[in-house]
Amino acid sequence: MRSDVNKINEQTPYQDLTEGLQMFASATSVEFNTGEWRTDTPVYLKDKCKQCLLCVPTCPDSSIPVVNKKRLDFDYDHCKGCGICAKNCPFGAIVMREGR
Amino acid sequence: MARKDRMSGNEATAYAIRQVNPDVMPAFPITPSTEIPQMVSNYIANGQMDTEFIPVESEHSSMSATIGAQAAGARSLTATSSAGLALMWEELLLAASNRMPCVLTLVNRTLSGPININCDHTDGMGARDTGWIQIYAENNQEAYDNFIMAYPIAENKEVRLPVMVCQDGFITSHAVENIELLEDEQVKNFVGEYEPEEYLLNPGKPIAVGPYAISNYVMEARKAQEMALEKSKEVILQVAADFEKMAGRHYGLFEEYRCEDADYIMMIMGSAAGTAKEAVDALREQGKKVGILKLRVFRPFPAKEIAMALKNCKAAAIMDRCESYNTNGGPLASEVNAALFRNKVMIETVNYVYGLGGRDFTVNHVFDVFNELEQLIENGIEPEQYQYIGLRK
Amino acid sequence: MNQTLEIRWHGRGGQGAKTAALLLADVAFKTGKYVQGFPEYGPERMGAPITAYNRISNNVIRVHSNIYTPDLVVVVDETLLDAVNVTAGLKENGSIIVNTDKDKEEILPKLKGYKGNVYTVDARKISVDALGKYFPNSPMLAAAVAVSKVMDKDTFINEMRASYQHKFAKKPEVIDGNMKALTMTFEALGL
Repeated sequence: MRSDVNKINEQTPYQDLTEGLQMFASATSVEFNTGEWRTDTPVYLKDKCKQCLLCVPTCPDSSIPVVNKKRLDFDYDHCKGCGICAKNCPFGAIVMREGR
Repeated sequence: MARKDRMSGNEATAYAIRQVNPDVMPAFPITPSTEIPQMVSNYIANGQMDTEFIPVESEHSSMSATIGAQAAGARSLTATSSAGLALMWEELLLAASNRMPCVLTLVNRTLSGPININCDHTDGMGARDTGWIQIYAENNQEAYDNFIMAYPIAENKEVRLPVMVCQDGFITSHAVENIELLEDEQVKNFVGEYEPEEYLLNPGKPIAVGPYAISNYVMEARKAQEMALEKSKEVILQVAADFEKMAGRHYGLFEEYRCEDADYIMMIMGSAAGTAKEAVDALREQGKKVGILKLRVFRPFPAKEIAMALKNCKAAAIMDRCESYNTNGGPLASEVNAALFRNKVMIETVNYVYGLGGRDFTVNHVFDVFNELEQLIENGIEPEQYQYIGLRK
Repeated sequence: MNQTLEIRWHGRGGQGAKTAALLLADVAFKTGKYVQGFPEYGPERMGAPITAYNRISNNVIRVHSNIYTPDLVVVVDETLLDAVNVTAGLKENGSIIVNTDKDKEEILPKLKGYKGNVYTVDARKISVDALGKYFPNSPMLAAAVAVSKVMDKDTFINEMRASYQHKFAKKPEVIDGNMKALTMTFEALGL
């Protein structure tokens, strides 16, 4: 019984649930837009960034993408705006902005 | 071809396990089920089977490892008794709710206190609401046959629930009796290979097992699980029919012994059913219309079927090998009485608690019970509605 | 044999009364009987009194209770006569076999007026003579078969030889001694 997890929601009748609510898919959290929960937003100031990457492991939501050993701008689909990265940046390259 | 042999209930179960040759068996020893993992270990050491045996540090671990192995994609089982089953309590619910078709062979023993190693059904009844299918055996033959039927029931795609195969501690587990064994090849063909569609150790098809469910999903999940248990009744009967074709031995949800015209029926589970049948034969020779309804499948509870089987008798004795501390009757009686009421079968019932902590239950006890039922109907002498057999007072 | 033969064994933990009961079930099974062999379990330790039972029948055995009115009682240890009521429920036309070096008249006063058949077997002497060691098992098993006549002597001897050959495959030197103990017991009982 393999079913599309995106088709299961809080309106799904019991007959259509998977056995034991098993999820027949991987990395399903990508589909879940936690960025929608954000009230404050980190802003990446590329000019001040030294690419030390100290911000990356501190992000609880893996919302700072790294490509070729360099960080890119935030993944706003998943960033919840906690601000830990801004606190941690030694160079003032991340500032928090009120609102989404 | 069937082979006649003699062995104890534990030997018979271990023999069946060897024939089925499951993938993984985590286990921790406890009397009176200890011999089962011990014998299985011997079979493995002697190269007669290749199950992965995991010696664990507790029953909490043995059930956890059984679930883990099953979720990973392995056909798994464990064995236990009494306090061992109690220590598995949380995991029993996990196994059922995560729809793990694993098997547990339970050798029924009482729970403390007072501390005692002998048979009653306190352990199995304590696990009655965990979502497992529970099948009880009268003797070594049934313990053997029920184990062979366990995986085909559990793994059925419409069921996918764990099965507990129960036999009475010492009375069945340690008594040597005659038995008819099936050939290895027959058992292998009957049980087949385990081929799950979805399992954790399948790199091409990732899944997640046991996710958190917010309140909006829990009732639907429970109902779906309950429907699978309901469905298992049909599957249990189908597997029994297939088994009968192979082995020639008939099984149902329960066995009706000389009930067709019976005025008085005793409802009982496990090894004491044999003793009760012997008594019924003697009473029938005296012209008494008595019969035995031996319950085999306690979960799912065949409520309607039992009510229909009892509807033409005048009075039924419901025998509990367990005290349920609800001050209103044993677990079997509570469920049977509810089943009778729901189905509007208004016969007299009397609930007897017997055989706790290995207290012997004899043919004479059965005579006494039928006599009380007859006195109730013929002479209006009301017995205690909920009483202990053989209690000193 | 239309009725079920019921046997109760009294022994002390470690003497092999349970093993003897299981061996009897085994050998009776091999002659085509329906059998039961089971011990009554308690927190037994070496030396504590224990009880074991056999039912042997031509028909399927369904009763799963202990035995209260045995046809035969086998007492594997004489000292139990003082500790346990070994003749309790024993049928008047039944038999009791006691392992002792005393003769029947000396034993009778300890049997609470039992009027049935009383047999004595000096299992210690037979075992030491035949095996060089004290294992009361084989002589008492032979005595149980001889007295109960559950099978004839030749059948029993042949089945036991096969059984010992299997059981003692790695210790063939003890097979002859055990076989000797069996035949000596039949001779001592004059059966």
